[in-house]
Amino acid sequence: MLTEADVEQIQVPTAGKFVRFGDRVYSAVLMLASLSIFAIILSLAWNLTTASMESIHHFGFGFVTHSDWDEVQGTYAILPFIFGTLYSSFIALLIAVPVSIGAAIFLSELAPRWIRTPFTFLIELLAAIPSVVYGLWGIFILLPFLRDHFMKPIANSPLPNVPVIGGLFHGAPIGPSMLSAGVILAIMVIPFITAVTRDILRAIPKAQREGSYGLGATWWETTNKVVLPYARSGIIGAVILGLGRALGETMAVTMVIGNNAPATPTGISWSLFDPGYTMSSALANKFNEASPGLATSALVEIALVLFVVTVIVNALARLLVFYTAKDVQGRK
Amino acid sequence: MTSTPAASPPPRRSLGEKSSAEAASLALRKITNTVMLILCYAAALLGIVVLGCVLWFLASQGLRFINLTLFTRMPDAVNMGQGGMAQSILGTMVLLALASVIGLPLGILGGIYQVEAKGRFASTVRFFTDVLNGVPSIVVGIFVYAVYVYPTAQSIQKSGGSGSAYSAYAGGVALGIMMIPTVMRTTEEILRLVPFSMREASLGLGATRWRTMVSVVLPAARGGIITGVMLALARIAGETAPLLFTILGNDLLQTHPVHIAGKTVGVPTLNAPIDALPLRIYNYATSVYKEQQEQAWAGALVLITMILVLSIAARFATRSKVLEEK
Repeated sequence: MLTEADVEQIQVPTAGKFVRFGDRVYSAVLMLASLSIFAIILSLAWNLTTASMESIHHFGFGFVTHSDWDEVQGTYAILPFIFGTLYSSFIALLIAVPVSIGAAIFLSELAPRWIRTPFTFLIELLAAIPSVVYGLWGIFILLPFLRDHFMKPIANSPLPNVPVIGGLFHGAPIGPSMLSAGVILAIMVIPFITAVTRDILRAIPKAQREGSYGLGATWWETTNKVVLPYARSGIIGAVILGLGRALGETMAVTMVIGNNAPATPTGISWSLFDPGYTMSSALANKFNEASPGLATSALVEIALVLFVVTVIVNALARLLVFYTAKDVQGRK
Repeated sequence: MTSTPAASPPPRRSLGEKSSAEAASLALRKITNTVMLILCYAAALLGIVVLGCVLWFLASQGLRFINLTLFTRMPDAVNMGQGGMAQSILGTMVLLALASVIGLPLGILGGIYQVEAKGRFASTVRFFTDVLNGVPSIVVGIFVYAVYVYPTAQSIQKSGGSGSAYSAYAGGVALGIMMIPTVMRTTEEILRLVPFSMREASLGLGATRWRTMVSVVLPAARGGIITGVMLALARIAGETAPLLFTILGNDLLQTHPVHIAGKTVGVPTLNAPIDALPLRIYNYATSVYKEQQEQAWAGALVLITMILVLSIAARFATRSKVLEEK
């Protein structure tokens, strides 16, 4: 029989202190690394806020509802920039969404392999091209093309005098404009939305399509009533992610939007031919002229607004994709 | 996901007897079908024409203006367009190296954390990573400007000292921050592909968790991690917006002598303004001088080639054994 004293003598084999120490260090290091992500995001939000405090105190909410950006007067407000960001992104999505979804359907449902492979490669290639290169292409190829083959013919036609829609085509057809910004943004988000949508469409079980064909549906009925509804939320997520990119896009837009306030009292013009600003292009342009103090603080506040907007848009997209992914898995 | 084509052509089938109303509706359905089919082809065609047009002009214009002096000389301040952009290419490499110093350890460790940890905190970290991935690059640039460049500039001004707050460090930090989410997500995805049985075997032999990760899981996933790193580098190599606020640009590559093993070597000065290829392209593209515009095209071709080489090399790196077995 073992006495209690004997039991205490027994060595239970456990991992050595050093080993446990190693795993603890391991967890701690990993935890630190992941905390750095938190730290970066929080510090981003905190520092942008503190650095723009002067401007926030000075202008309050008027910063986003008024229109004057005047370094001489010392008044700063960014409504036209916000408008420009939203308007150019809207034009971009208007062009990009139908083209991308059409191209994605083509790629996943229609194209034979010998077209699909190079097309997919092209799309991936174009998604990797940096924005400044798109801007270069925009300045020297897109602007002259739009000016000569789109803007001038429209300006010379009676279209600008038609009530309501004529307002979209007012102004001199010189090239740099809201239209060119929207088009270059569209070209930049098309590869992205196409690639994501194609992946979603290909993930749809084949049986869904076969069931529809078996019931006698045509190709379009199958696509429209079976394939697209199945993928709808995923596609919306892809479009919102594309929107997030368009909202924050800087270089290409800066290079083709003209960076001039349109000559209206509010600095807002719905005309596609008028130049404009987006939040990011204003940042890139006005940065060199900004003197320390209020002007710099106002610039940082633009970045803060942009940060908040894109975080909201991206969070929405991720949540949507997250919940729909669950949904699709549940249905499988 | 299957690799077989999911496409099925519109079914052609013989139709039985039908009333005239049915025939009319069928005709309508067929017409709608054809119209939508044509629209779909048109969208794809439009997409491919526009995208092809982008690539065509980049390649043709770039090849027209590219020459050797681009790589060997720095900009000539007197004769516009006579020089090259050697300092920009070197500057981009310096910035990529600096960004890697920040982005790689944090990104890879973060990715490992995502695999090892479970629970609410891990998914919150993942969500934040996605958020960081979506933050526009220009905001990251302004962030570094507000945290580092602006205060430094103020203190330099106050002390009456010389020097510049714009520096390679600032640019490297901005790019490094942008690298973290990409590296983290790809690392996580690739680590999840490593068969769990390998990990269990190692743990079963008595190895600790960190030993299992370092000696078994990471080596198996090495190719994939390298791929992720290269893709992240390819992504930040072309970033311009954050550099506007952090590195300023420079017509020279500032170096300072360092004595290593009895030799004196010029090492790039990291706390001085530095140049980067995308920034140079931006400045030249918006320039009024024709020669500089031409150099911008050539520079763009060099930049795309760098990015392409990184992306293609990344694909080859993925072909490791583990992933092929999967």
